[in-house]
Amino acid sequence: MAKIIVVTSGKGGVGKTTSSAAIGTGLAQRGHKTIIIDFDVGLRNLDLIMGCERRVVYDFVNVLNGEASLTQAMIKDKRIDKLFVLPASQTRDKDALTQEGVQTVLNELKENFDFIICDSPAGIEKGAQMALYYADEAIVVTNPEVSSVRDSDRILGILQSKSLRAETGGEPVKEHLLLTRYNPVRVDAGEMLSVSDVEDILAIPLLGVIPESESVLKASNQGVPVILDEQALAGQAYNDAVERLLGNEVEYRFLEVEKKGFLKRLLGGK
Amino acid sequence: MGIFNYFRKEVPVKTASTARDRLQVIVAHERSQRRQPDYLPRMQQEILEVIKKYINIEQDQISVQVDDTDDCSVLELNITLPE
Repeated sequence: MAKIIVVTSGKGGVGKTTSSAAIGTGLAQRGHKTIIIDFDVGLRNLDLIMGCERRVVYDFVNVLNGEASLTQAMIKDKRIDKLFVLPASQTRDKDALTQEGVQTVLNELKENFDFIICDSPAGIEKGAQMALYYADEAIVVTNPEVSSVRDSDRILGILQSKSLRAETGGEPVKEHLLLTRYNPVRVDAGEMLSVSDVEDILAIPLLGVIPESESVLKASNQGVPVILDEQALAGQAYNDAVERLLGNEVEYRFLEVEKKGFLKRLLGGK
Repeated sequence: MGIFNYFRKEVPVKTASTARDRLQVIVAHERSQRRQPDYLPRMQQEILEVIKKYINIEQDQISVQVDDTDDCSVLELNITLPE
């Protein structure tokens, strides 16, 4: 039986799709059969980040409407065995997703997968609520920045009141904090909220801290999930987060400023 | 930092602590609102209208809150009257 994990944030542009792609890929790399579903109807982007945009024939909404079967719409990743993507549609019809439809698709997927990653759209409207409704766990992607932290707290409120688990009085959705675009230099300078600041305010367990990194843009340019870039600090940090998601204890890295040698500092090297 | 500005250290402004303090206040406030019933803002508005007929008060001089304990709910109404 699959575990359904929603990747959500409230605020846009904080790294939901990047994180969904990285974590989904990381889980599949470790042998867990994983599907990443793009819930952002109208603004599909997961396909680009995963590098499968030219292979989209049918999408999530086609499946819901019975115009295509799940197997026709799922795109199998060419790099990683056991990794699949279900793209969102580009339709402008906001009501394309229905609760019953989503439930039917998820139930079917649950039989065949270990993990279902739901990449939520931004906002707290219907699309975002649909993405989180059936979740067992939630990864709340947050930037160390005031508006992102506030929006994350709002989405936590919705998880605690409007998810299936909340409505049926089941065990609460398990929440994880994923802090992205973290810059230890600026934290040290007192210009950026620290990990512990954000942890204190949101009061949910930390899953990972992804350092701000040029490699994230480079990876998205190429359509390669950043976790596959083993040289990149962001890729390594995502790997740590995946391990923690699987229940393994991993020490935190990249939280401190890298120590520069005297000569490097003198010459202004980066 | 190159050789020329090595000795010219700026005094950093610690804006992160301001951010943290502001967030703590607003998040706590919004969490307390979240637990309130949906009709509360409308009810607060209507109560305000009624009082305004007799006394000149502003929106921020009235607060309505519902506190739930185990076996009873208390509707708390606070109005600050002008001098």
